[in-house]
Amino acid sequence: MVLSIRSLTKIFPGTRALDGVDFDLRAGEVHALLGENGAGKSTLIKCLTGAYQRSAGTVRLDGAEIAPTSTVEAQDLGIGTVYQEVNLLPNLTVAQNLMFGREPRRFGLIDHRSLRAEARRLLAEYGLDIDVDRDLGSYSVAVRQIVAIARAVALSGKVLILDEPTASLDAREVQMLFKVVRGLRDRGLGIIFVSHFLDQVFDLCDRVTVLRNGRHVVTTETDALDRMALIEHMLGRTLRDEVLHNPPPDRGPRPEMLRFTGIGRRGVVEPFDLTIGKGEVVGLAGLLGSGRTESAELLFGLRPAQTGEARDESGKLDLPGPRAAIGHGFGFAPEDRKTDGIVADLSLRENILLGLQARRGWMRPIPRAEQNRLADDYIRRLDIRTSGKEKPIGELSGGNQQKAVLARWLAMNPRFLILDEPTRGIDVGAHAEILHLIHDLVDQGLSILVISSELDELLAVSNRVIVLRDRRHVAELTGAAISGEGIMRAIAATEGAPA
Amino acid sequence: MNTRTLPLFVTIGIFLAGCLICWVQFPNMASTRVLGNLLTDNAYLGIVAVGMTLVILSGGIDLSVGSVIAFSGVFIAVMLRDTGLHPLPVFALLLGLTTAYGACMGWLIDRLAMPAFIVTLAGMFLARGAAYLLSIDSVPIAHPFYQTLQNAYWLMPGKGRLTLIGVLMLLTFVLGMIVAHRTRFGTSVYALGGGEQTARLMGVRQGRTTVLVYAFSGLMAGLSGIVFSIYTGSGYSLATVGTELTAIAAVVIGGTLLSGGAGYVFGTLVGVLTMGLIQTYIVFDGTLSSWWTKIVIGLLLLVFILLQKGLLHLSETRLAARDA
Repeated sequence: MVLSIRSLTKIFPGTRALDGVDFDLRAGEVHALLGENGAGKSTLIKCLTGAYQRSAGTVRLDGAEIAPTSTVEAQDLGIGTVYQEVNLLPNLTVAQNLMFGREPRRFGLIDHRSLRAEARRLLAEYGLDIDVDRDLGSYSVAVRQIVAIARAVALSGKVLILDEPTASLDAREVQMLFKVVRGLRDRGLGIIFVSHFLDQVFDLCDRVTVLRNGRHVVTTETDALDRMALIEHMLGRTLRDEVLHNPPPDRGPRPEMLRFTGIGRRGVVEPFDLTIGKGEVVGLAGLLGSGRTESAELLFGLRPAQTGEARDESGKLDLPGPRAAIGHGFGFAPEDRKTDGIVADLSLRENILLGLQARRGWMRPIPRAEQNRLADDYIRRLDIRTSGKEKPIGELSGGNQQKAVLARWLAMNPRFLILDEPTRGIDVGAHAEILHLIHDLVDQGLSILVISSELDELLAVSNRVIVLRDRRHVAELTGAAISGEGIMRAIAATEGAPA
Repeated sequence: MNTRTLPLFVTIGIFLAGCLICWVQFPNMASTRVLGNLLTDNAYLGIVAVGMTLVILSGGIDLSVGSVIAFSGVFIAVMLRDTGLHPLPVFALLLGLTTAYGACMGWLIDRLAMPAFIVTLAGMFLARGAAYLLSIDSVPIAHPFYQTLQNAYWLMPGKGRLTLIGVLMLLTFVLGMIVAHRTRFGTSVYALGGGEQTARLMGVRQGRTTVLVYAFSGLMAGLSGIVFSIYTGSGYSLATVGTELTAIAAVVIGGTLLSGGAGYVFGTLVGVLTMGLIQTYIVFDGTLSSWWTKIVIGLLLLVFILLQKGLLHLSETRLAARDA
């Protein structure tokens, strides 16, 4: 056992990000660490790399207890990390990057000749024959990843943490990387592999550990695990205890309002079609990193789509950016409310009126009496709990902030609202209210696209569910087919074996 | 070839083209006399530009250097007038002072996480104020040792004078190249300019590097002040106003990326010489106003900024094409 973690706990004010997690890493294995957003994967890794200090528990490396306080210290101890965003310098040469801090010197000056020779020797072990004098930035991400791995292994050499290393690689590059990783495993390194791509996990990893809500759920051999069981572990439900839910009332056939065809962007989401009916709730399901949020961003023009077009009953819609989308009556309540949704220092009233005012233009301020009337109206209608409309919105609870974001869009009278994780970080009571609100809005004729990691939530509001996997729209479920099992089967289905 | 070396070749190309134009129009310009004067007249600028190159490579900026040069001149002149000290200990004292001054600014930039622009702007006013405090008037330097320094030169073939301060500038560039390209400190400077966060992850001691790079710039400013006082034979608190900007211009024309992380000390030498060449051309022409120097330098700067943007775009599209 090269690395042994016992009852690791990390407490942040208000939350337990990790709660008594056990984790073992053998020498010569690739061990996948899986879990949805907020499961505690990155907290665990940061505790290992010294970015965070643990609150309780023990971490033993080769039998000796360690408590690194910085990434450099963790590196010296033997734990090297390679991140998705390559943590090397594109403006230095490959050789300089590889040997940074350990440059061979003669008479106190860097000896460039042996620097190059040493760098070439290192890379040869990985079967990589490139010009080490070129800038790292001139090579593809896959090559940079391998250089980063070579550096991490040369520096540390016991434990290698790969944090979503394949997120921006294509299939061929992934295989190139995996070859390197397998080679290192055979040399006896312990490798922790974090990824959202289940295919890759099954392809590469010997064992799998699943975390959920900061707790250890299961550790098992990959061979002994099937996809369905893995997804059940990650999402935290089993098919047996399928919760009975009240499906949204069937409102009969709905007239089509928006039709998106072939919307896509290379490396983000493969082209997909989507129709939205008037007064319909469409849910987007899928694991983290499957392209849910990215799809919504393409629809809203936040990322310009490279292909495809949008139409409504009156004709083609141009979507060069969010401003145009808002002009077409779209609204988007983003996932990260604190940074993208609210302006924390402005008052509740100002936050509600922000969108409306922006559309009127800043030269024509909304009269204060009108502002007060609108703010009071929405505070009452959405039941926003606050001691007054002039309170800075940052001081309100998450649920009330979310309602204010909704109020901002409603004030602009949209026809199509995109809600990305509308209940993230919201307590149970407010959770139900938001879902209730979605029903009310749909009854008034609004169309809504809901993105959520919570299956129950999607089941409770959606008339139709689109399932995404590996940046593709892979299934569409309607009516009675909408069930937790149906969604999970669609996520778990492998290529060529549709659910 | 790396795309980041391309600006260096463009710089050298522009300089050679400039030389060619001068030679075609004024064949007399191709003499060691002109070369000697070019080195002598731009010695103080070249020295301070070496320090500025390192600062800019690290992703920072040092606006204080012009004032520090002026302060140095006044400091030396007043010390020599009011104390009986020999210039050499005064030089040592001054270099210690300006190095510490730079180190303090670097420390503030790092510790307070303040933009270098603001901290060195404050440093600029402070040093200029300190110079006024010492003397408002120009103070002549009459020490016999200064005469020796001013008259020290080697005669090149063709009667050109390679002066002591010209040689000093060339030596400074050699020092700068060694520091930037052959030491771990130099690599750390490039690393910081490439990305602070990443550099820290790779083990760069950010605080130490920042303090050292501004201390180095302070040292160079002090040395430049000494050279300037030898060049003018006096100390004046109103001298070298805006020299920091001229130095930045020389660095950028020399092919260094203003956002840091890419560039060469040698390029700065070519940049300084290019700017000197324009000035020499205008002197030879005789009919042009000296403001043309500024206009041409302005245009050159614009060309280089566009070039860097273009290169950035080129390397990105090339990479994208390969990935596709």
